[in-house]
Amino acid sequence: MTENGVRVLVVDDERAIRRYLHAALNAQGYTVYEAAQGQEALNAVVTDRPDLIILDLGLPDIDGVEVTRRLREWTHIPILILSVREQESDKIAALDAGADDYLTKPFSSGELMARMRVALRRSMQTSSEPVFETGDLKVDLAHRKVLIAEQEILLTPTEYDLLRVLVQNAGKVLTHRQLLRQVWGSAYEAEAHLLRVNMSNLRRKIEPDPSRPHYILTEPGVGYRLRG
Amino acid sequence: MPSDTRPDPDDLLARIQAEELQQKRGRLKIFLGYAAGVGKTFAMLEAAHQRSTEGVDVVVGIVETHGRVETEYLLQGLEIIPRQTINYRGVQLFEMDIDAVLSRKPHLVLVDELAHTNAPGSRHIKRYQDVEELLEAGIDIYTTLNIQHLESLNDVVAQITGTKVRETIPDRVIDEVTDIELVDLPPEELLNRLKDGKVYIPEQAERAIQKFFRQGNLTALRELSMRRAAERVDDQMRAYMETQAIPGPWPAGERLIVCISPGALSERLIRTTRRLADELNADWFAIYVETPQQATIAQGQRDRVAQMLQLAEELGAKSVSLPGQSVAETVTDYARRHNVTKIIIGKPRRSRWVELVRGSVANELIELSGPIDVYLVNSEVEPQVKPIGGARQQRSNWSRLLGGVALVAAATGLGALIAPTITPTNLVVIYLLSVVIAAIFLGRGPAIMVSILSVAAFDFFFVPPRFQFAVTDTEYLLTFLGLLVVGLVISYLTAQVREQAVAAQRREAQTAALYELGRDLTVTAGLDGVAETVIAHISQTFSRDAAIFLPEAGVLNVYATSHGLDIGDNELAVATWAFEHGQLAGRGSDTLPDAPMRCQPLKTTRGVIGVLGVKPSSSNNYLTPDQRRTLDAFANQVALAIERARLVEQAQQAELLEATEKLQTALLNSISHDLRTPLVSITGALSSLEESPIMDEEIRHSLIATAREEADRLNRLVGNLLNMTRLEAGAMRIHPEPCDVQDLIGSTLEQFGSRLEDRQVMIDLPPDLPLVPLDFVWIGLVLVNVIDNALKYSPQESPIEIRARLAGESLEISVADRGIGIPPEDLGRVFNKFYRVQRPDIVAGTGLGLSISKGILEAHGGKIWAENRSGGGTIIKVHLPLEGMVDR
Repeated sequence: MTENGVRVLVVDDERAIRRYLHAALNAQGYTVYEAAQGQEALNAVVTDRPDLIILDLGLPDIDGVEVTRRLREWTHIPILILSVREQESDKIAALDAGADDYLTKPFSSGELMARMRVALRRSMQTSSEPVFETGDLKVDLAHRKVLIAEQEILLTPTEYDLLRVLVQNAGKVLTHRQLLRQVWGSAYEAEAHLLRVNMSNLRRKIEPDPSRPHYILTEPGVGYRLRG
Repeated sequence: MPSDTRPDPDDLLARIQAEELQQKRGRLKIFLGYAAGVGKTFAMLEAAHQRSTEGVDVVVGIVETHGRVETEYLLQGLEIIPRQTINYRGVQLFEMDIDAVLSRKPHLVLVDELAHTNAPGSRHIKRYQDVEELLEAGIDIYTTLNIQHLESLNDVVAQITGTKVRETIPDRVIDEVTDIELVDLPPEELLNRLKDGKVYIPEQAERAIQKFFRQGNLTALRELSMRRAAERVDDQMRAYMETQAIPGPWPAGERLIVCISPGALSERLIRTTRRLADELNADWFAIYVETPQQATIAQGQRDRVAQMLQLAEELGAKSVSLPGQSVAETVTDYARRHNVTKIIIGKPRRSRWVELVRGSVANELIELSGPIDVYLVNSEVEPQVKPIGGARQQRSNWSRLLGGVALVAAATGLGALIAPTITPTNLVVIYLLSVVIAAIFLGRGPAIMVSILSVAAFDFFFVPPRFQFAVTDTEYLLTFLGLLVVGLVISYLTAQVREQAVAAQRREAQTAALYELGRDLTVTAGLDGVAETVIAHISQTFSRDAAIFLPEAGVLNVYATSHGLDIGDNELAVATWAFEHGQLAGRGSDTLPDAPMRCQPLKTTRGVIGVLGVKPSSSNNYLTPDQRRTLDAFANQVALAIERARLVEQAQQAELLEATEKLQTALLNSISHDLRTPLVSITGALSSLEESPIMDEEIRHSLIATAREEADRLNRLVGNLLNMTRLEAGAMRIHPEPCDVQDLIGSTLEQFGSRLEDRQVMIDLPPDLPLVPLDFVWIGLVLVNVIDNALKYSPQESPIEIRARLAGESLEISVADRGIGIPPEDLGRVFNKFYRVQRPDIVAGTGLGLSISKGILEAHGGKIWAENRSGGGTIIKVHLPLEGMVDR
C-alpha cells in the first residue's frame, strides 16, 4: 500500500542514515523532509507540517527526549524514535515523554514500515473500534468480553484492564510505567511486580504457549506491545 | 726472562692510561722546600700571578700568610674563596671549603701546606685528600710542601733532625705530581731570615724549632730535598726514554719482599724497602706470616700488624697475609713462586740462648733462600713495645700453673698407691700422663713446669733414697733425662697442635661465614630477599646493624635496614659520598671518620651499584683487621647478588612485556578477522547486485539473504565487543528487579526469530515459579548467548531443552543440547575470553559470548558453568541468588 502524500520528517545527524531513510520512504511513496539537528527539527515541524516524525535520540544540540517533550507541548504528531541498543533508559524517557514507538539501530525496513503504519493509523483514527481482532484473539471492548478462538476467557478485572490498555494501543509499545499508570493509577507507577504478575497470568490465559507469547510481546527493559 | 731493549708493553699501557687519566684529572704542581721559611708560599703566589696575567682563572683555596707582609701583599689581586668554619670543642677552626671550590670550578686553585691535617669534623682527615678530590674534578692545583712530610723519608728526617714529624703524606701523591718546583735557599740565608724574624715559628715549638734550625740539619735536609727532586726528574727521564724506546740500562725486573712482624722494627723495614724498591725500580711485597703461635697474640699486636700492612700498601707495596707453619718456609715459598729477587728482614735483638731454643727466623730464611738475596736490616733504637693485654693473661697463667702443681700432686699420690707392686721406673709413665694432660688442657708453659716438677717429684718420692734429692743409681739419671726430654717434647707438640687448632678454627669461622652468605644469596630470588639475607648475616657475623643503600634515578636512597636502625641525613650523606667516589667512607676510614656508620661501596664491573652501611651498637666497638677483611669479602658478594637480582628483575619484565605483546597481537588479529569476515559477504553481495542489475531471482534472494545474515552477525559481534569492554571497564550497571522467568525465556527466544523455525525447543518451567530479582536485559543477553551456543554446536534435528527451577537459595536455569559437547579439560576454559573449542569444521563466533555471560552473572552474585551430559551434549547452568525474591 503506498502512502501517497503522507509527509515524514526524518531527524538524524548522520547523513548516511538520512539518505537511507529518504530513499526507503520515498520508495514507499512518502514525502520526506530532513533535519540534522534538534532546533532544525522543531522549526521544520512548524514549517513543513509533517504527519510523522522519525527522531534520532543522539542529536548534537538538543537531546531527542527534550525535542519530544517540546513537541508534545503543542502537537500530537506521532513520533518514532531511533535509539542505540542497550540505552533502555533513554528509550523509556522518550516514550514517557510522549513518543509513540521506537526502533533499535540497526533496524530493518520491514520493522520501520510496520511501526510507521501503526503510528499513522492511530493518529488518523478518530473513533476507537469497539472490537479488536488479531489472530484467534478477539476483544469486545463494548461488552468487556475476551474470546480465544470463539471461546470466552474469564479474566480478572485487572487482567482485563491490562488487556484493554494494550488493545487500545495495539501495535504500539507501552512502557511499564505507562501501563501501571493507566491500569492501576499514578500511585502505582513503581510497582513493577504487580505488572509482571498480572502479565504472567494474562498470558497464561490467552496465549496458546505462554512460554512463546504470540500476542503480547515483551520489549526487554522497556515494556510490552500487543501485536497489531 | 732476558731483558731486551723493547719497553715492557704492560708498563707502556699503564703509562698511557695514567696520561689519559691525567688529562681528565687536574694537574698538581708542588713547590717543595727543605724547611719552613725558604719561601715556598711566596714562590707559589708569584707563579699564580704569572698564570693570572696569562689569562688563567686562578683562585686561592687556602693560603697561610702567618702574618708575613710580603706574602699578604702577594695575595692582593687574587680571588680568595672564603674558608669554612668548623666548631670543634668550642674552638673555631678554619679549613678550606671544598664544596665552594668545586662549585666555583676555577682552572687553578692555590692550596698551601699539602701535609696539613684537617680539623676533626672536616670531610677528609688530611688536606692532601681534599686536594685529590679537587684534582679528580679536573681542577689544577698549586701547593707547597716541606720535604720532611714525605712518608718514605720520615725516618731519615727523624734521624737528621731528632724530631719525628707526625704530619706525613704518602709518597704516591708525590709520584703522581705533574711538576715539582724546588724552592731553594742557602741555609745561611735562611738562618739570617730566622734572626730577622721573617720565619714563622709557633710559640710553643720555639725550642724545638731552634734545635731544628741548625746549619748541619738544614744542609742535610737541603740535600735530601734536592735528591728527591732529582729522583723525580730521573723518573721522568726514564719514562720518556721508555716511551721513545731509547735503549738504556734497563734494570732487571727486581722484586722485593719485606717480612713484617708485630715488632717495632717493621716500620723501619718497610720504609727501607720502599727506598730500595725505588732505587731498583722494583715491585715489592709486604708479607706477614700467621703461624699458629701468632694466632694467639694480643689484640694490640694484631692491630700493629694491620697498621704495618696498610702502611706498606700506602707506600706502594702489595700487602699479603699468609697462614703457615714456619715463617721462613712460607716466605721463601712465596718468593720462589713470585720470582722475588730480594728478601728484607729485620735482625732480631735476642740473646743467643733464646735463638738457640726458639730458632731465628733470619737464620732459617738464609738457609732456605737459595739464590734469593736476604738483606738483614739492623735496628739501633728499639722502643719497647708494651704488650697490651698482658696483665690479663698473667692472672690466668697463675691458675694454670696451680693446676699443673695439682696434677703432679695427683700423679704422685697415684704413684704412691701402686709403688709397692712395680719398679719405680715404671712410675714414670704416670708422670708422663700428667704432662700430656697439662699440655692439652693447660698450655705450653704449665706443661713444661709439670715436666720439671714431675722429675723432681719422681726423684723425691720414688727414687731411693726416698724423700731426698740424691741419686745413687745412674740408670735413674737416664730416666730423669728421658722424662724431662719426653715431657718437654710432648708439651711443645701438644701445645702447638692446640694453637694450630685455634688458628684453624678462627679462619674456618671466617670462611664459613662467607660461605654461608654466598650460599644463601645464591638461592635468594628478588632484591628484597637479597637485602634481608645480607642484613641478617651481617647481624649474625659481626653483631652489627646494617643498611643497604641503592640508587633510584641517580640519587642514593635507603633500600633496607636492620630492624630499629635509623638512617638520618648524616648517614645518607656519608653513604652518598662513598657511592659517588667509589671509596670507603665513614667510621674507620680516611673520609668523614667521625660518622657512626661505616659505608662501603658495592662495586661490580658495571661500576658502583650501591653502598653497604655497617654500624656498631656502641661507639667503642671496633672491627678487627680480620673482620674488616671479611666485611670486604661480604661487600663483594653482596654487590654481585644485588646486580644479579636486578638483572633477573629486568629479564622477567622483558619476558612479561614480550608475552603481553604477543597476546595482544593475537587478540587483535582475531578480532580483526572476525569483524572483517561478515563484511566480505555484505560488500560482495551488494557489489554483485550493483554489477549485474539483471540477475536470476533466486540468486538475488540468496545474495541478499546472505548479506542480511552476515550483517546480523556483525551486529551481534559488535554488541559482544561493546559489552566486553563495558565489563572490563567496570561500567556494567545492572538493575535487578523482580522478573518473570517465563517472560524472560519467551522474549529471549523471540529474539532468535527465524533461526528457531526448524529447531525443537522444549521449555520446562514449574507453574508457581516466583518473580526473581534480576536485570532483565542483561540476563536476557546471557540466555541469548547460551542458547546461541547450543544452536551452533548441536545438529539441526537435535532438541534444545530449557529448564528453570528453584535450587536451594538460587534460581537455576539450564540450557541443554545434544551437540558435540565440550572436552572435559575445557569445561572451565570455555568461559575465558576469546576461547573457542578447537573444531575446524564448526563456524564459531568470537568466543566472547560465554565470557560476557560469566561477567554478567558475577555482577549479579550468581554463577554459570558447563557440564557434559551423559549420552552426549552439553548443559550450561545458570544460578541466580534469590534474595529479594517476591512471591506471587
